[in-house]
Amino acid sequence: MWNGANNPYEYDKDTGACALFGMINVEGKRFPSKDPVRAISNMRERGNGLGSGFAVYGIYPDYRELYAFHVMYLNHQAKRDVEKVLEENFRVVLSEELPTKEAKVWNPPLIWRYFVEPLTSKMREKNLTEDDYVVKNVMRINTAESGRALIFSSGKNMGVFKGVGYPEEIAEYFCLEEYEGYMWICHNRYPTNTPGWWGGAHPFNLLDWAVAHNGELSSYGTNRRFLATYGYECTMQTDTEVLTYAFDLLVRRHEIPLELVPKILTPPFWNEIDCMPQRQRQLLTTLRQIYSGLLMNGPFSIIVARHGQMIGLVDRIKLRPLTAAMKGNFFYLSSEEAAIRVVQPTLDKVWNLHGGEIAVGMVKVPVLV
Amino acid sequence: MVDLPKTLKEFSRLKIENNVVNINSMEMHYHELNTLIRDLVRKGFKEFNLYNVYGQRYIGAGLGDNITFRLYGTPGNDLGIFMNGPNIYVYGNVEDGCGNTMNDGLIVVYGHAGDIVGYSMRGGKIFIRDDVGYRAGIHMKGYQTTPVLVIGGCAGDFLGEYMAGGIILLLGLSGNGQHETRFMGAGMHGGVIYVRGKPTHLWNGAKTMDVDENDLQVIHGLLKQFCTLFNFDFSKMVKEEFVKIVPASHRPYGKLYT
Repeated sequence: MWNGANNPYEYDKDTGACALFGMINVEGKRFPSKDPVRAISNMRERGNGLGSGFAVYGIYPDYRELYAFHVMYLNHQAKRDVEKVLEENFRVVLSEELPTKEAKVWNPPLIWRYFVEPLTSKMREKNLTEDDYVVKNVMRINTAESGRALIFSSGKNMGVFKGVGYPEEIAEYFCLEEYEGYMWICHNRYPTNTPGWWGGAHPFNLLDWAVAHNGELSSYGTNRRFLATYGYECTMQTDTEVLTYAFDLLVRRHEIPLELVPKILTPPFWNEIDCMPQRQRQLLTTLRQIYSGLLMNGPFSIIVARHGQMIGLVDRIKLRPLTAAMKGNFFYLSSEEAAIRVVQPTLDKVWNLHGGEIAVGMVKVPVLV
Repeated sequence: MVDLPKTLKEFSRLKIENNVVNINSMEMHYHELNTLIRDLVRKGFKEFNLYNVYGQRYIGAGLGDNITFRLYGTPGNDLGIFMNGPNIYVYGNVEDGCGNTMNDGLIVVYGHAGDIVGYSMRGGKIFIRDDVGYRAGIHMKGYQTTPVLVIGGCAGDFLGEYMAGGIILLLGLSGNGQHETRFMGAGMHGGVIYVRGKPTHLWNGAKTMDVDENDLQVIHGLLKQFCTLFNFDFSKMVKEEFVKIVPASHRPYGKLYT
């Protein structure tokens, strides 16, 4: 057996890559954590226990009109400061500690959840929409409290649960067996060049957007600077959060149709654009010019979600895997096909995504939004 | 009947009949599964049926001899890695890195394969009935043996990237005869890729040539094997047109990322 003397470089350690898994019921029917947790745990060796998380949609139907903030406090003084800011800018309907139980997780911070409603007077004063008002406040708090507190979930009727541990341990810690959602996005992390801390676990969230990511964005610096000009501040010490903000900017604020988003994030090569019919060439050239700072370079596969939609996307030359599958009313995305099969052995359709290609699962009737 | 090693008693889902090993791999971690297989191979067993395979990695890793595996399910990454002779039949799809650096043996997949199938393969044969992902046959080499990768369906981009030796046969039976593979043969500096129909997008490193008598002999030999394995009509397939892709220079990759 390996021991300290004959194993100075941890030869027995599995080397991995992150694991992604997502599952959506296209009728919007809610289901428990059993299948998603089983599936992501089947890819245990893709992670290393330094970060896991879940984004679950449709979990707070009783408070669906309110923004649900999940906040981690790395410092007790920070709680008083953040709550003061929240009360100045929101009507806080309910505040409570997020239920947790004993589990094999590493050094958990204090985590609270708040159901809030923006103060209309303040919103009018600043002439902002509800969503923009929330984004502004989340950004402000996360920047001011950097290293002390973090709002890591800020959508309506959804929530992110994440931390440092393996997926099944994080699921146990947050008592996920007590929640039901119509869409689950799961991540098992193998951090490579940024720290493994509670805020750095995936999925990343803003409003109801959630992004889980395998790989790295070598274009992070460019993307971050571009997004900063639209008011997005990166506070989570990792490249993935720029994807969250990019989707929010393109789809929610600029109202770019979803099918055009990959033409911005993972556009065709110039030599391919050159061969296209004129109108298409003009469109793609224009998009690449306007949003040049949002081109995502480097190896990645991602799952992006918001209410009613689960989107998979792979980098242009496909340096990370992503498999999509369908069965009845369920649509799946996963780093490995086996993780889908382990919860659903027979599938109607299963395919591996191509570079720069998206696969989208949508709820037919947007009942929960 | 061979005496079972002690550790086997722990696995209630193991059944050995007429020297054929049957394993129900459900909920079994790959460490456990591969340790079990290796123990049994050491005891002299040569035939394995693995049921409920769900993502277990490295099955068949480094094993030699004429062992036969029949896998039911979806084996995990690096199936048959460093393998030196066994035959693996997969009744399902395989994930990434199938046949990674294998030296000898046979892998037959009754389904599709993920990325980098045949990665750095040095010998033996792989037959995939349906599509393969990106970079199939990347870095294949042929020093004293000739590795062979046969793909029944279509291939993702960068087929035969950095290829240094061996043979790839791409049939494209799942497509419309037009291959959408981009950057085919990128960085190729040895070996040959045979393609049914027309390749659309070669990269600088590779060039297309007509097939000659010797090529046709190789292609027809592999086609025959493919048709027998997957139940296709050889008499029809043999009439198809093929081209071959070979390296154009010795330093083909100089400009892709510049």
